[in-house]
Amino acid sequence: MTAVSPRTYLTRATSAIPRRLDGVLLYSVAALSAIGLLLVWAATSGTDNPAASTGHVRRQAVHLVLGAVACLAVAAVDYRLIRAYTSVVYALATVGLILVLTPLGATINGSRSWVVIGGFQAQPGEVAKIALVLGVAMLLGEPRDGEHRPTTRDVLFSLVALAVPLGLILAQPDLGTAMVLGCIYLGMLALSGAPVRWVTGLIGCGIAAAFSVWWFGLLKDYQIARFTSFVDPTADPRGTGYNANQAKIAVGSGGFNGTGLFQGEHTSGRFVPEQHTDFIFTVAGEELGFVGGAVILALLALVVWRVLRIASGCEQPFGRLVCVGVAAWLCFQCFINIGMTLGIMPITGLPLPFVSYGGTATIANLMAIGLVLGIQAREHTYE
Amino acid sequence: MRGMRSPQRRHRRAARAEAAAARRPGRTGLLVTQVLVLTLFATLLVRMWYLQVPMADHFRSLAEASHTQTLIVPATRGQILDAVGRPLVRNRTELVVSADYHALMAQDDGGDAVLRRLAGVLDRPFEELRQRTRLCGPDVPRPCWPGSPYQPISLAEDVDPKVALQIMERREEFPAISAQQQAQREHTRGSAAVQTLGYLSPITAQELEERENLRTQFTGVDQVGRDGLEAAYDEELRGTAGRRRLGVDNMGNVTGVVHESPSQPGMHLVTSLDRRVQDIVEEALARGVKRSRNEGNPADAAAGVVMDVRTGRIVAMASLPTYDPEVWDGGIDQETYDGLLSEKAGEPLISRAVQGQFPPGSTFKVSSLAAAAENGYSLDADYACPSSITVGGRSFQNFEGNAHGTLDLHRAIVVSCNTVFYKLGYDMWRKDGGIKPKGEPEDAMAAMATGFGFGAPTGIDLPHEVPGRIPDREWKREYWEAGREDACARAENGYPEVAKDDPGHADYLKRAAEEFCVDGYAWRAGDAVNFAIGQGDVLVTPLQLARAYAAIANGGTLWEPRVGKGFVSADGKQTREIPPVKAGELPVSDATLDYLRGALTDVPKEGTAQGAFDGFPQDRVSIAGKTGTATLLGRHESAWFASFAPADDPRFAVVVLISQGGTGGAMAAPVARDIYDGIYGFPPKSDGAPPESERGDAPGEADARKPEDEPLAPAIPGGVPPAELPTVRPDGTIVAPEGYAD
Repeated sequence: MTAVSPRTYLTRATSAIPRRLDGVLLYSVAALSAIGLLLVWAATSGTDNPAASTGHVRRQAVHLVLGAVACLAVAAVDYRLIRAYTSVVYALATVGLILVLTPLGATINGSRSWVVIGGFQAQPGEVAKIALVLGVAMLLGEPRDGEHRPTTRDVLFSLVALAVPLGLILAQPDLGTAMVLGCIYLGMLALSGAPVRWVTGLIGCGIAAAFSVWWFGLLKDYQIARFTSFVDPTADPRGTGYNANQAKIAVGSGGFNGTGLFQGEHTSGRFVPEQHTDFIFTVAGEELGFVGGAVILALLALVVWRVLRIASGCEQPFGRLVCVGVAAWLCFQCFINIGMTLGIMPITGLPLPFVSYGGTATIANLMAIGLVLGIQAREHTYE
Repeated sequence: MRGMRSPQRRHRRAARAEAAAARRPGRTGLLVTQVLVLTLFATLLVRMWYLQVPMADHFRSLAEASHTQTLIVPATRGQILDAVGRPLVRNRTELVVSADYHALMAQDDGGDAVLRRLAGVLDRPFEELRQRTRLCGPDVPRPCWPGSPYQPISLAEDVDPKVALQIMERREEFPAISAQQQAQREHTRGSAAVQTLGYLSPITAQELEERENLRTQFTGVDQVGRDGLEAAYDEELRGTAGRRRLGVDNMGNVTGVVHESPSQPGMHLVTSLDRRVQDIVEEALARGVKRSRNEGNPADAAAGVVMDVRTGRIVAMASLPTYDPEVWDGGIDQETYDGLLSEKAGEPLISRAVQGQFPPGSTFKVSSLAAAAENGYSLDADYACPSSITVGGRSFQNFEGNAHGTLDLHRAIVVSCNTVFYKLGYDMWRKDGGIKPKGEPEDAMAAMATGFGFGAPTGIDLPHEVPGRIPDREWKREYWEAGREDACARAENGYPEVAKDDPGHADYLKRAAEEFCVDGYAWRAGDAVNFAIGQGDVLVTPLQLARAYAAIANGGTLWEPRVGKGFVSADGKQTREIPPVKAGELPVSDATLDYLRGALTDVPKEGTAQGAFDGFPQDRVSIAGKTGTATLLGRHESAWFASFAPADDPRFAVVVLISQGGTGGAMAAPVARDIYDGIYGFPPKSDGAPPESERGDAPGEADARKPEDEPLAPAIPGGVPPAELPTVRPDGTIVAPEGYAD
């Protein structure tokens, strides 16, 4: 038997991956992931702190490796094939969300959005985001014969497709994920070419919702806390406004240049709860300062912008809508997460894409990027 | 942008013109979306800028405040040593069981289960332990923890080592609980010299306000020297507290020490006290009181002072009744405290030596003699000593009605003839013009008494000293003005509450009140006569008397008495002496002083103290002294002996007082003799009780009570107190000055 050289294996394995992956997107995401890994490390280290350990960093590294493999695997598969399995993904996500509400559901880190099966734990909410993107892209991006744009009927179907995961997630309750789902849907609907009345109507609803959130942002901390803890009791377990204040102190005390990685006293003192997950940006703010925070913001904006560029280059409505959905997802999740860290958004439990610690979220985000990369690679119209 | 499309695609696109139209809103929308995305990220950037650039300092100060805690680490208090370096007050370590506040509160039940187990082991009620873990606040009544939650909260003091070991060995059963050693003030000689040494008690809010040093170093559980040397030298003994800035995390857990400035231990206070002499004085006084009581005297209090006549330093100072200073350990309860203050317990907190005022009786005659000598009375002339004289219609008796014919002033001192001094007082009073003085009266007797340092605080380095009282014409008038209203009312209404039990006494009081009401301002002949023998309204403290006799002994220098002799730092590197301070000179000529010394030298040999000093080796150490028996209306007579020795080369002044203890010669002089015996190592008087306890340094030290025939070691080698301070070695051990090591 002829020995096959490792290099040949590699060539064979990667031959399925289109060679023209978008470098800007890929490297931006890689940079964010690397920064995220460092920040997770910084968030979980600390001199003389018994809570310090490298366990989170090592696990996050595994998440990133798994996510990278998943990302490249998804990119390698023709998205039309993935589209064919949309209903399966959607069904899986729905079952997962239902399981959260059963005794299999678990509360981890103060958030009841987990399913634990045989030692393996996952957040179906993250899968639901992908499922929603794919499902809505299919419903709104595949007009029936003779139609060129989504009809009222399509919009109604897509609304049902939104309502199922949205309802299940609100039942957990998980306000943050629900908000992201809503934003994903509105973004996709707005750019789907659906009837104007639907678009304006639902976006109006969305703006009304956003306005009310913003309005609550003007209220006193405790009023927001009442609101958010009413909708999402896990949002602020340590007491009214504590997280919001500590997050602002951490970011603000970093100043322009930051204290330096691993040097943040507020970080090493664990004053901000969940600083390796939802509040990871406080670590960046304190230890890397305005400079580091701006770099992260720029990278995130670059990712979103790149995904939108890819969307605009898409001939196929399905591909375009998937990209739009992913862009909306990343954009709003970033805004809500960093916004709550900076005290301009109410506190909801959402990780910062690519940066926060988290298994399901990291893998789901990277798979979404994989989807976009795959679409870009196969849309030869994109220059 | 679309120029590179394939013809095929372009064809398809043309065929589906409407489809292109359908995409249009999407493409416009994408542009709009990109703008929206940029806006959102720009918002975040601006907000971040706001927090991190203009507001950075604000948040930095907030952060600083939330992740550090400053803990004040009290300094070890300095010891109080005697002149040779023997500790009088030191720090004993005791085992204290304490709780870590944050660790306790982090437990599910707030530590209830642990405290319950602990209550069982310590044999204390659970409720007490629970209450002691509360942090004091406006709504939290005591017991509660007044200190910082970052300090171990003390739950039980002076715990049996076995119990402490049990707790430490079963750590898993007692999470958040630990046992550690804690310094506790310890008086090495128990109740000896407690009033002089003083005690510590928790700082009051007022003290915190007044003393900035205390305020800035306050840990919440500090104690402050409350009386005696502990109070007088609190600043030096206290040292400087250290500061430990702790990094803390969000749960209040300590994550590390950010900064530490170590505490500076307090300096040791070297006193001029000699622990052996102190013991001797305490025992001699106690025996004297016992002897006096055996003879039916109340002997309610006693005091003894031993002073170095050449420096004014106090070698020993005792006051009875005394008390066990351990009552202060771990906080005194109100009941015990009230007991200490009560008259029933004899007010043992009060040092009779410094705060006790008594009529000096005949010991005062030294002042009267000097007044006479300095005012033209011949020392060697003959003075009549009848059994009584009548002045102003009142008869003034000699002691026990004895008459001695005629004698000189030397003899008048030796036999303590009152009538001679009555006459001198009366003469001088008449010279001033009697009741209605012409011009400015000289008040020679009062002026001399003031010159001897009576009537004003001596300035000793102890708190709460009282001035005594030297009454003169002016004082009498002020006294009358203050009490006239009351006396006149009494003159009117009498003393019905006294009349119930003793109509005769009530009558006397009413007459006295009438007299006082009318002309109580007048300095009458009787006042002057009484003054001359230290009676009437004259009051002195034993310390004042000791200083006055020391001045006679040393040639006329009045010292400000000092107990503190110097400071030595805990590592021995720094020393600071407390120099003796001259307060003044006696306004007495050397000849008169010489004459006085001669007269006093004969008192223990052939005068009123002869019996007490019977068998004392006067040839080796000659004692000079004067007995006094003071009477105060309505009280039993008090016994005095004021003295110095050696008479030819004076070193020590010794004053003994037994309040309501009987006559000076019979009750006070023997106590003074015991003290001299001890200082010089002479065998105790054979018919007196032998010393009741050993004179060694520590209980259990080799039996210091030597057999009768073997000479006793003198308490002060060579009869001279050390001039040097003891030295402290770098390891903290204390070495006696050369020649004074045991």
